[in-house]
Amino acid sequence: MSEEARSAGARITEGESYIGKSVVRPQTARLLAGRGVFTDDIKLPRMTHVAFLRSSHAHARIVSIDAGAAKALPGVVAVIAGEEMARVCGGWVGTLAHFKGMKSAKQYPLAIGRATWQGEPVVAVVAESRAVAEDAVARIAVEWDPLPAVTDPETALDPSTPVIHPELGDNLAFELELTSGDVDRAFREADAVYSDTFWMGRHTGVTLEARTILADFDLSEQRLTVYHSFQAPNMMQDILARHLRIPEHNVRVITKDVGGSFGIKVHIYPDEMAACALAVMLGRPVKFVADRFESFLSDIHARDHRVKAEVAVKRDGTILGMKVDDLTGIGPYSVYPRTSAVEGNQTVRLTPCGYKFRDYAASLKVVLQNKTPMCQYRAVGHPIAFAVMEGMVDRVARELQLDPVEVRRKNYITRDMYPYTSPTGYFFERLSHEEALDRLLEISDYPALCAERDTLRSRGIYRGLGLCTFIELTTPGPAFYGVGGARISSQDGCTIKLEPTGKLICMTGVTEQGQGTDTMIAQVVATAMGVPLDDVRVLTGDTMVTPYGGGTWASRGAGIGGEAALLAGKALKENVLKVAAAILACEPMDLDLRRGRIVDAGTGEVRLDLGELGRIAYFRPDTLPKDFQPELAVTRHYVPRHQGFAFTNGIQLSHVEVDVDTGFVRLLKHWAVEDCGRIINPRLVDEQVRGAVVQGIGAALFEHCVYDEQGQLLTGTMGDYLVPMAAEMPEIVVDHVQTPTLFAEGGFKGAGEAGVAGAPGAVLNAVNDALAPFNARVTRQPITPDVILKALDKL
Amino acid sequence: MDTSLEISLTVNGVPVRRRVEPRLSLVDFLRYELELTGSHVGCEHGVCGACTVRVDGELVRGCLMLAVQADGCRVETIEGVAGTGEIFDLQQAFAEENALQCGACTPGLLLTAQEILRRNPRVDEAEIRRGLSGNYCRCTGYHAIVQAIRKAGAGRAGGTR
Repeated sequence: MSEEARSAGARITEGESYIGKSVVRPQTARLLAGRGVFTDDIKLPRMTHVAFLRSSHAHARIVSIDAGAAKALPGVVAVIAGEEMARVCGGWVGTLAHFKGMKSAKQYPLAIGRATWQGEPVVAVVAESRAVAEDAVARIAVEWDPLPAVTDPETALDPSTPVIHPELGDNLAFELELTSGDVDRAFREADAVYSDTFWMGRHTGVTLEARTILADFDLSEQRLTVYHSFQAPNMMQDILARHLRIPEHNVRVITKDVGGSFGIKVHIYPDEMAACALAVMLGRPVKFVADRFESFLSDIHARDHRVKAEVAVKRDGTILGMKVDDLTGIGPYSVYPRTSAVEGNQTVRLTPCGYKFRDYAASLKVVLQNKTPMCQYRAVGHPIAFAVMEGMVDRVARELQLDPVEVRRKNYITRDMYPYTSPTGYFFERLSHEEALDRLLEISDYPALCAERDTLRSRGIYRGLGLCTFIELTTPGPAFYGVGGARISSQDGCTIKLEPTGKLICMTGVTEQGQGTDTMIAQVVATAMGVPLDDVRVLTGDTMVTPYGGGTWASRGAGIGGEAALLAGKALKENVLKVAAAILACEPMDLDLRRGRIVDAGTGEVRLDLGELGRIAYFRPDTLPKDFQPELAVTRHYVPRHQGFAFTNGIQLSHVEVDVDTGFVRLLKHWAVEDCGRIINPRLVDEQVRGAVVQGIGAALFEHCVYDEQGQLLTGTMGDYLVPMAAEMPEIVVDHVQTPTLFAEGGFKGAGEAGVAGAPGAVLNAVNDALAPFNARVTRQPITPDVILKALDKL
Repeated sequence: MDTSLEISLTVNGVPVRRRVEPRLSLVDFLRYELELTGSHVGCEHGVCGACTVRVDGELVRGCLMLAVQADGCRVETIEGVAGTGEIFDLQQAFAEENALQCGACTPGLLLTAQEILRRNPRVDEAEIRRGLSGNYCRCTGYHAIVQAIRKAGAGRAGGTR
């Protein structure tokens, strides 16, 4: 595909355009004034609050529950345990049909008979206030019979290890063997083979606004209204309708302001299902707000992979083949409905994807354990895959005394090889590894940094530089979840209606959690229509009102929601011009819509104001021809049909200094170059990337859900679980290569995962570069000081 | 048994008199009793800074102070500070730099930023980062927040305020 053909795809940049402009998000005004409306800010008449008694054991039989004292407490409305709850809300199994052989046990809103992780909800108490509900929880006496906890994935499949769910036969949730080419031959023909084992620690999302839900059931109309801090309202609507047995059109899910999500708020949680079931049972609004203890124990966790990797290389650094063995523990249940197999699957499929070697074999085992359930969190699988791959590339460079930049360049899929299908089955329309690398080296002045590092080493200052090439899975089509039987929309709709004054109201299926979805959609609509940006108001997240869609996850907002908005904007413009032509008694093709006015297409002379057009269409249609009906509201939908995902790519560079006496890592600076196709709002993309880089740095250096051998979480507060704070974070330089997809008119791809995908690998490689003079190397994240001191044989 | 105590204080300049439970935190009092929901609850351990408010001119963690301890005090929240125009330049700089994404940390950050600039409008980047070290933001990576505070500070140091 030629560069000319590529730029010819840029049709929507003709004329006046908001595409590529860093416009300010108008929605920030309310958040800056303390006038945001987060779910916990909503108060309904007769509202009650639910608190949960959660299992204090990782694995225990529930012998008895005595709730007498709790029920007697003034202000308590109801105390409900597992079996009673299950009569109202049926259980679920988190498997997908396209993960062959996958299995998981049936899970209920409240544990029945047995609790399988510390933090699993067991008894729900509804009361007039949260404080009273918690008082009542403290008065419930549960007799526990502790059972042995399965905590170590390495021994989860041993015959001597207890089986968590006997009905499953073993603790294996999913396994996958992937082979491409002839790996054995590659390893036979290699000049050298290097192997390493990587441990990528368990961590979690720590959204500042914890999970929150407020459910209100109207018994008279049998209608359930749910305010939910969530990413995928239509998915929640479908699941509530089926599990609570309420007709789907009687279930309305509304997402107000969402205080961070990152994949945490896109799964089905038992406590949230319980809150909705309680609203149905009681006929009163029930609010559940996770406190921070509950967040750490019950928000999904992520990662926790042990990956053994072997690469076969030629002396010149050419990679011939690779073997990967990934083991991951996912807690006692695969999470519904997206499953907990996706991260492992993506890890082993993404690992080789930056490079052109074809001989690849991967083995994946996803095992059950008595810890908090694991599921998809921002950049699912990516940071593991690229820390492993790029860690191995740097290992090769170090062993063979080659330049890490040149080893990458030698092995990249080159620009003449596209379109390209990876050995793991991923289709790449066009990635831009070479361009991104060149850009990165330029903006970072990489050679100067290398020279400075070498000079400082002789003075006992140990700095390191770490590169991490990454691929990013964005804009998923139905192959992701739909084909596996999950009722999660891969298509999204956009409705735009013209108000009588000529202003536009736009409703979209994609949702907003701070990314600026609503601003991005407004930019696309204003551009497609030819109206000022201020004239477009965007509404998201109300299943009764907004068009059906998947919401925002897997970097699908711009690629799918943006394209639907573009199609809707173009369609409404066409309709507007027909109305204008009817008013002006001319042909639509003679007219155009620019800056909110109907103009002569040839001369640009203003013919009609959009407000005047609206007035006539709505209030004086009698003045129009009798056979003409104005249509000033349109809906268009979009789903990616031509490729399974719109893959993107990029590269990051981390610059660190390691104190070899204390093991502390100081982050000096970080660079990220990514390619999300045509950029709608550069500032929003840059800030997405920066935020995600810091999230990736958190994983690399700080964040860790630490458990003891009994399955007790030791890091259950923000005092114990370290998150990245401002003082430790480096300056982050962001730049872009733009390779628009030609499969969609907008050319947009996603950008949300990029930072998290590459930062852990970059930091890992930078630390190892700093440790190179000591012939020391780390392969464990988070890279805490003790990890470094152990590698230096100082601990 | 009624253990509640009567407190009287001013909140955003308005006199308030209420009976409250001794265990009620200041931030819960503001959010649920007075419906000033701009102050957020993040960690409930004084780590994240989402509940930051001003009491008698000093920044406090609304989750670590009890409502009864605010008896007789002058309390200011984001609603009040935004309403008086005191932080107009900071709000504008935050919007322009996209120094907020989800907005959950933003009220606490604005109050902290205002305190940083009150002490020194010519503050440098390292000092800003140290000043923000008690405010957690998951979305932005802090870069844009630092830039926004510098921008507002430059405006103030230049004599615009």
